[in-house]
Amino acid sequence: MKGLLRTRFHLGHQTIAWPDGPARFPERFRGRPAIHPERCAEGCHDCEAACPTEAIRGAASKALALDTGACTFCGLCEEACAARAIVFTRDPRLASRTREALVVGGDEPQRVAALDARMRRLFGRSLKLRQVSAGGCNGCEAELNATGNVQFDLSRFGIQFVASPRHADGLVVTGPVTENMRAALLATWEAVPAPKLLIAVGACACSGGPLAGSPVCADGLAGVLPGVVVDLWIPGCPPHPVTVLDGLLRLLGRLEHDEPRLEGAGVAAPADPPPGVT
Amino acid sequence: MPSRMILVANGQPFDAAAVPRLPAGEFQQVLADAVTAGARVAAYFGQPDGDGPGAVRVTAVLANDAEGRLGVLSTVAGESLPSLAEECPALQLFERELAEQFGVVPLGHPWFKPVRFEHPLGGAHPPWNRSPSRPTLPGDTPFFAVSGEEVHEVAVGPVHAGIIEPGHFRFQCHGEHVFHLEISLGYQHRAMERLLQGGPTRRTTTLVESIAGDTVVGHALASARALEGLAGREAPRRAAVLRAAALELERLANHVGDLGALAGDVGYLPTASFCGALRADYLNALAELCGNRFGRGLVVPGGVRFDLTAAAAARLADRLAEAWTRVEEAAGLFFDSPSVGNRTDGTGQLDEASAARLGLVGPAARASGLKVDQRRTHPFAPYTTAHVPLPTVTSGDVHARAWVRLEEARHSAGLVDRWLRDLPPGEPRLDLPALSPRRLVVSLVEGWRGELCHVVATGDDGRFLRYKVVDASFHNWAGLALAMRGEQISDFPLCNKSFNLSYCGHDL
Repeated sequence: MKGLLRTRFHLGHQTIAWPDGPARFPERFRGRPAIHPERCAEGCHDCEAACPTEAIRGAASKALALDTGACTFCGLCEEACAARAIVFTRDPRLASRTREALVVGGDEPQRVAALDARMRRLFGRSLKLRQVSAGGCNGCEAELNATGNVQFDLSRFGIQFVASPRHADGLVVTGPVTENMRAALLATWEAVPAPKLLIAVGACACSGGPLAGSPVCADGLAGVLPGVVVDLWIPGCPPHPVTVLDGLLRLLGRLEHDEPRLEGAGVAAPADPPPGVT
Repeated sequence: MPSRMILVANGQPFDAAAVPRLPAGEFQQVLADAVTAGARVAAYFGQPDGDGPGAVRVTAVLANDAEGRLGVLSTVAGESLPSLAEECPALQLFERELAEQFGVVPLGHPWFKPVRFEHPLGGAHPPWNRSPSRPTLPGDTPFFAVSGEEVHEVAVGPVHAGIIEPGHFRFQCHGEHVFHLEISLGYQHRAMERLLQGGPTRRTTTLVESIAGDTVVGHALASARALEGLAGREAPRRAAVLRAAALELERLANHVGDLGALAGDVGYLPTASFCGALRADYLNALAELCGNRFGRGLVVPGGVRFDLTAAAAARLADRLAEAWTRVEEAAGLFFDSPSVGNRTDGTGQLDEASAARLGLVGPAARASGLKVDQRRTHPFAPYTTAHVPLPTVTSGDVHARAWVRLEEARHSAGLVDRWLRDLPPGEPRLDLPALSPRRLVVSLVEGWRGELCHVVATGDDGRFLRYKVVDASFHNWAGLALAMRGEQISDFPLCNKSFNLSYCGHDL
């Protein structure tokens, strides 16, 4: 017992200050990309050629954009772009209500519109979610688990992952949706009582990510559940727990501050060129 | 090992033509003799053979851990091969995989079922009378059943009660008592090997990092070393040390996290909470290195993409040293608590002989007394001088598996500290030339779960003709099934977590 108390004392308070205070991110963390099409060199397709997941759109034009839903945030495009037309900021806010809005063409923060008043009344103070991994590599699953640990402590917001779809208000899906998990995913969705939310987490669920084009996967959640609209897309490979929390809390209308609340250097991308990148 | 195989070292490339092509009978005999004499099956796989339609080249990679050598041999099979699974249980899943991927039926296999419910590779006719066009139905096969009064069956999955990957578990029980557990996987199958085929492409590293998202550095390193071998270059020393440090950080994150999860499974909340938080120190250390908490984007063929200044490395080492003293405290509570011992001691036992026959690898094998650790038995720089200790426990229970992980985490913490404080000078990366054609390489890395084996063969154009991946989980799932025999079904979550195997790594 004494040892237990001593350890407890040594570890101290573990829960992060965010969202009331700033969150801590490593200097090299790659969050929302800032796109500057005006810097594009004519005829240059270096970013496209470097991207492992075909996330770049309209290279060498005013339409340059990055599909954060397909992006693994590896930073290879930034590395390849001498003109700095693509720069990863440290802004962890990546989630969006629509798939289209994940395609980023400028330097605006992502804004998640809250649910309507009725849904907010139902879920705003208590949201129970069921998770299904449909080909997720255990990266997104690990970060979703981390949202529940003492540091990120999801349950302080009244949000919880539950064991049964029958106890859930919504489904969180990870993975590109494998052929072999399709039936189980449909059955789990059916078992969640309406009204219910559908949330896609990670590059795979948003677009297929690294597995896009696999002959046995669906390229993500879009269209897998017939007639069902995805309520929230949370990109990343995997998304940081703060990215997940930020998306969920804004969906519920629980976060209204506009600044990203980061410790240290703030959102700005590290100096030019990014340190450490070789 | 007999001379009817080519002997190579880990990561050493060789001519594909140098692999002996034995008649099927002789191949089987050499294989069975070697395994009976103590060799481990690191890989066993097919690929279409040029000699004619329907012919399948079957290659086996045997690891001789005592001598640190790998033996490679092959044969050409038609529609079937006599099964060796009864004699060498370590081969049983490989034989089923070969049948599923290439239609080579293992005649006399004691439990002939699909492995992943995947479509055949290379146009082979699928056995089990499955039509190539019909959507696959995972788990849709008979399960081993025990009959008798009051015997009942418990089916769990594919969707489980936590945030975990899917798989199906079928228990044959009498009350709480488990007679038999059968594990049916394949739900996570994403056609990984098929997608890697024809590479290297700009997606290769990203794909390899996704084989198992908790073993990003391990698989990326195995792949990078294979490609470096095929290109005839060795990564610079600085890169070798940085990525070995990352591999140990990955081991630390998972071992520390799982000690917490084991504590959670027996309801011992202090260690569950503390280790859950301490795990983040190791994930964040990986993010300090490369921006991603799981080490994505760090390891590339030729070296690493991110370097550390001496000052940054020392700061990181200081923080990790502080974290390790907290881990010792938090884990100490777990191992000192009698109520924990009551749940973990003697639970889910797997004896040394069974573990050896099944071909177990990693901490699960070491907890049963097997001396397998690629960092020690098939080392590459900087492990050649790392003095990785081999295990000293044999009890093979949940306690042993937890204890082994704390012991090796302690050693990993020491290695990371040493390496970060004394990074060798030089470049962190070199450019790789094109891969040599018609070569083969076997690349082994000791991931946190155990051996990761990548076998890469190039064709005439220097592109991947076959990219075979064997994750540690492929060897170890059978160990979990066996460890559950005679246990209480309520101890399954605890036993499962003590192995903590990858579904994706198995399903590919």
